[in-house]
Amino acid sequence: MSITLRLAWRNLWRQPRRTWLTAGAMVFSNVLLIFLIALQLGTYQAMIDNTLGAFSGHLQVQRSGYKENQRIRQVVPRIRDVAEELRSGLGLNSVAARGEAFALASSASRTYGIRIIGVEPEFEPRASRIPSLVNAGRFLDDPVAPEIVVGEILALNLKAQVGDELTILGSARDGSFAAAVVNIVGVFDSGLDELDRSLAQMPLEFFQETFAMNGAGHAVVINAPGLFEVESVAEKANSLLPRGQNLVVHDWNDLQPGLRQAIQADLIGSWFMYGILVILVMFSVLNTQLMSVLERTKEFGIVLSLGLSSGRLGRLVLLETVLIGLIGLALGVALGGIATSWFETHGFTYPGMEEMAQQFNVPDRFYPDLNAISLFAGPVVVFAGSVLAAIYPMARLHWLRPVQAMRSA
Amino acid sequence: MIATSGIVFRLAWRNLWRNYRRTAIILAAIAAGIWAMIFMIAFTRGMIESMVSDGIRSIPGHVQIHHPDFRNDPTVDNLMSRPGGELAASLDGKDVAAWSSRVRVPAVISSERGSRGVTLVGIDPVAETSISFVADDVVEGRHLEDDRDRGLVLGRRLLERLESDVGKRVVVMTQGADNDIVDRGFRVVGVYESEIASTEEAFAFAGRATLQELLGIGDRVSEIAVLGTDRREAEQLYLRLADTAGADVEVLPWYELNSYLGATMRTMDGFVIVWIVVIFLALSFGFVNTLVMAVFERVREIGLMMALGMKPRTIVAQIVAESILLLAIGLAAGNVLAWATIYSLSDGIDFSFVGEGLEIMGAASVLKPSLGIGDVLLSTAIVLGLGFLASLSPAIRASRYQPVEALTKE
Repeated sequence: MSITLRLAWRNLWRQPRRTWLTAGAMVFSNVLLIFLIALQLGTYQAMIDNTLGAFSGHLQVQRSGYKENQRIRQVVPRIRDVAEELRSGLGLNSVAARGEAFALASSASRTYGIRIIGVEPEFEPRASRIPSLVNAGRFLDDPVAPEIVVGEILALNLKAQVGDELTILGSARDGSFAAAVVNIVGVFDSGLDELDRSLAQMPLEFFQETFAMNGAGHAVVINAPGLFEVESVAEKANSLLPRGQNLVVHDWNDLQPGLRQAIQADLIGSWFMYGILVILVMFSVLNTQLMSVLERTKEFGIVLSLGLSSGRLGRLVLLETVLIGLIGLALGVALGGIATSWFETHGFTYPGMEEMAQQFNVPDRFYPDLNAISLFAGPVVVFAGSVLAAIYPMARLHWLRPVQAMRSA
Repeated sequence: MIATSGIVFRLAWRNLWRNYRRTAIILAAIAAGIWAMIFMIAFTRGMIESMVSDGIRSIPGHVQIHHPDFRNDPTVDNLMSRPGGELAASLDGKDVAAWSSRVRVPAVISSERGSRGVTLVGIDPVAETSISFVADDVVEGRHLEDDRDRGLVLGRRLLERLESDVGKRVVVMTQGADNDIVDRGFRVVGVYESEIASTEEAFAFAGRATLQELLGIGDRVSEIAVLGTDRREAEQLYLRLADTAGADVEVLPWYELNSYLGATMRTMDGFVIVWIVVIFLALSFGFVNTLVMAVFERVREIGLMMALGMKPRTIVAQIVAESILLLAIGLAAGNVLAWATIYSLSDGIDFSFVGEGLEIMGAASVLKPSLGIGDVLLSTAIVLGLGFLASLSPAIRASRYQPVEALTKE
């Protein structure tokens, strides 16, 4: 152990209370930062998965302009072939073609305006979660059958259940009247009110027939293996699209612009709070180190006059700060890690959480996501801030005149 | 006693400035902490305030009355009579600013280019004026003139989706009484805009009487929206109306009609206290440290004062006074800074680059901080209270020194 290091370590324990209080400020901030950042990561992940996974998927191929206007004639021609080419070209099974229309659905006693999605019964279960969320009856299994699955709230509103008939009325692609009688074969509960209230799915080929789609559809949904692969899959999908049909690939940010922005809006608020915590720790370190330098003025004067360089003294003070910082970092990471991992398994909730969770498509218990980023991001910034705060006390050493310093009280 | 407390404070004041650097640093820390504390609270309050007032305009009203089954099944099957008798009298109470009865049904609106599902609301435009957003926000064409108006007012986004325009005709299809599908052509007479863009797609407005006639439901209505004179008294208004409305209808206040909004509002008060305490705790380490050092370097002096007959209790009082002074100055500086920041941002901060995200939260994209005196008092009280507790330990330690030992300490 070098002599500077040994000196620095001993100096820390000349005032143990002060050292512990300074490290305590770091530990407090670190624990809080670890927990909050892990909580944010966990919540964002749940928000993204639930919002995208239920229905919209990571990517969608559409006719350019369909996203904005959603007109029934803005189609992807021969959509099942396009989906098939994407499936083989991308090597992904999680690709499914869809058609989409607004229509009136009437049961024996009720009529509602709904959004009807034509889906491929074979592939839809791999592209979205709705098929697996059917909690009464079954999902579609025949590509041409006059069958439909509806959201739970919609079924309730229509006073209809599995086995009942629905009459569908709407406008077809060519402007003609579209009508069909379908059997309800399943009811799904996605947990997202908006979908459960207004969405219904029928087999794509039957949809195409009903709405005079002539083999066309409106969107091919693509799910990448993970969020990080979305971009590369999008690029590849783009190169696989048939030319000259004005088709585009939208990523989830285009499809659900609110989602990323909600996360960004939340981040702005959090960064402000985290910044303040770090600044308060920096003040604490500045105060401690300045005091510790000032009270040693006489001592420093003596060693300076004995020929020690002020640069070396500066390194001593820096080393002291680094040591306190490391104590704060180690204890903070340990305590924060333990506390957060407890919540990671048990979840975390507070009064009012249920209503909020509903709004943001997350489960009503939060599960923080403890990983290298959530564990170290906060503590490392606190550590860096602490070392930065020691610059002013260090700089004062350069202005120290040995003789005056020795005379100081 | 008064003389002593005068001396205690004068000593405390002078002691503060003996080590002006240390005092300046800790004051800067306290001021920065308090600034962040007050600013963040004001900002969040402002955001939630705007969420709640926008929310109340789109509910609309502070209290609503429905058929008990209407909220689960919002159709023409669950209607009620327009208010009469006791309820009508209690709606004339002076805590009611305005009320309006509305018909509200799911419908499909079609133009020649497309169709969309909406909630069609039949209103009495005169009574509705101060209650919902539509009256102020008709940006093109005209607003409905009375409840017999045969026109339709649509949101900007819906009109774009339908590729229709003011003056053009659209067809409204919905379920009338006895589950008959009824349809009728309407002329679009006006376009409204809303701060929350999804509202523009979700709601279309027609005259109440016109809609009643189309649906064949006589004079019955779906909901009665009541706006009180003061949102904070919504609970009393709700209880009073629930009392007189009778058992065959359901009366609900805004915070239950939109439970997300209600929960946000309730959680807000908890957030304020948690945030104040977190900031204080983050500050407290540096703060206690300062006091410990201040006591430590004055051990001899404290011993001397005790040897001269100063009571331990006075020593405690002096250290505590020093810490309270420190906090009070920091609080004052932090509050002034926060007030100045809030004042300079009184036009609001433009967050439209994350506007669609804020919309999910139910907030508008320009947010104005709003500073409440209650929050300032609360934060001051919590900081001074906790600060007092935090200063007790160093103060009591100081008072326990034995004079002789303390005097001989190097």
